[in-house]
Amino acid sequence: MPQLEQISTYAGQIFWLVVIFGILLIVMLKVALPRVQGILQERRERIDDDFARAAALRDEAEGVLRAYEKAQAEARAEARQVMREQQEKAAGEAAARHAALGERLAKEAAAAEARIATARREALAGIEAVAGEVAQAVTTRLIGVDVDVAEANEAAAAARQAGA
Amino acid sequence: MAGDAHGPLEQFRIKELVDIPVAGIELDITNSTVWMAVAAVGVVAVMVGGTHRRALVPGRLQSVAELAYEFIAGMVRDTVGDEGRKYFPLIFTLFMFILFGNLAGMIPYSFTFTSHIAVTFAMAAVVFIGVTVLGFVKHGMHFFSFFVPPGVSVFMWPLLIPIEIISYLSRPISLSVRLFANMLAGHTLLKVFAGFVPALGVAGILPLAFVSALTGLEIVIAFLQAYVFAILTCLYINDALHLH
Repeated sequence: MPQLEQISTYAGQIFWLVVIFGILLIVMLKVALPRVQGILQERRERIDDDFARAAALRDEAEGVLRAYEKAQAEARAEARQVMREQQEKAAGEAAARHAALGERLAKEAAAAEARIATARREALAGIEAVAGEVAQAVTTRLIGVDVDVAEANEAAAAARQAGA
Repeated sequence: MAGDAHGPLEQFRIKELVDIPVAGIELDITNSTVWMAVAAVGVVAVMVGGTHRRALVPGRLQSVAELAYEFIAGMVRDTVGDEGRKYFPLIFTLFMFILFGNLAGMIPYSFTFTSHIAVTFAMAAVVFIGVTVLGFVKHGMHFFSFFVPPGVSVFMWPLLIPIEIISYLSRPISLSVRLFANMLAGHTLLKVFAGFVPALGVAGILPLAFVSALTGLEIVIAFLQAYVFAILTCLYINDALHLH
């Protein structure tokens, strides 16, 4: 077989093997292997980096959500507070108005009562005056006795006293 | 057999293309030289050409380059450990060169330089000598303890130590002959059965089918032998670094 017959080609085969394999080894060592290693490492780092960024984004989103929920809770509490205040204020005003109205009504009632009392008094006083004259006139007409005005007045007052 | 121009072994003949005699030694450029160069260019095309874009999402050729890198890197890590990192470029180049040499040999009318004992033995000898030197550099005279099997009584040493030494010395032979013989046998078988195809006429369909199947098998063997050569180199390096 040629492998064992062509012994004169051994030196050439080994020589070119050393040359070509040597060049190939240098190209692999200096160019190909560092490059592939770089690609693989970069990919690994990129994936790790993406994972880290995704985790950071998720944390950030959770933070935003928490802040939003907090703001919402605060707004709700504030709204409740405002509502309560308004309610209290409205209730206070209503009570005040109610009290003022009551007072005014009471005042007006009192004034009216006073007016009525005065009118009554005046009316009574008027009646007293008239009563004496009526009594004098009646006496004169009935029994023909002229009665002094003062006497008539006195009698009228006494009669009223008795009648009262 | 040498005179048979169409014999199944004729495909292994070294043909001189450019005559370069240097001091009486023939350093000719031959068909073997050409196919070594083809294999080397193929490796460079995949490993350098395929990765020139440094794509984050690799294309086909870059995937092949990355796959090859990770395959051999994993093999070195598993068999030698972290100390093997230094020898990775050599093992990787050996694997790729043998693989592409074997695969280029599957191209019809090409030449399989790995089917020559001179080439495979030269590679095996480099591995053997390199590993032995590595062992002595790493362990000094203590390296000889490698030939003493651990846990065996002293009375067995006169028997076992020569066996260990013979097995160690036969490493370059087994390493080189394994690759050479596989390539030789495979290509010879292909040629023999291919010769039956025209000889048998219509019935030649049977050897044709066989040759087709055998071609597939030979491609598997091309991978397998490159892998075996590389992993044995790893194991030898591991032995030299860690003895037992």
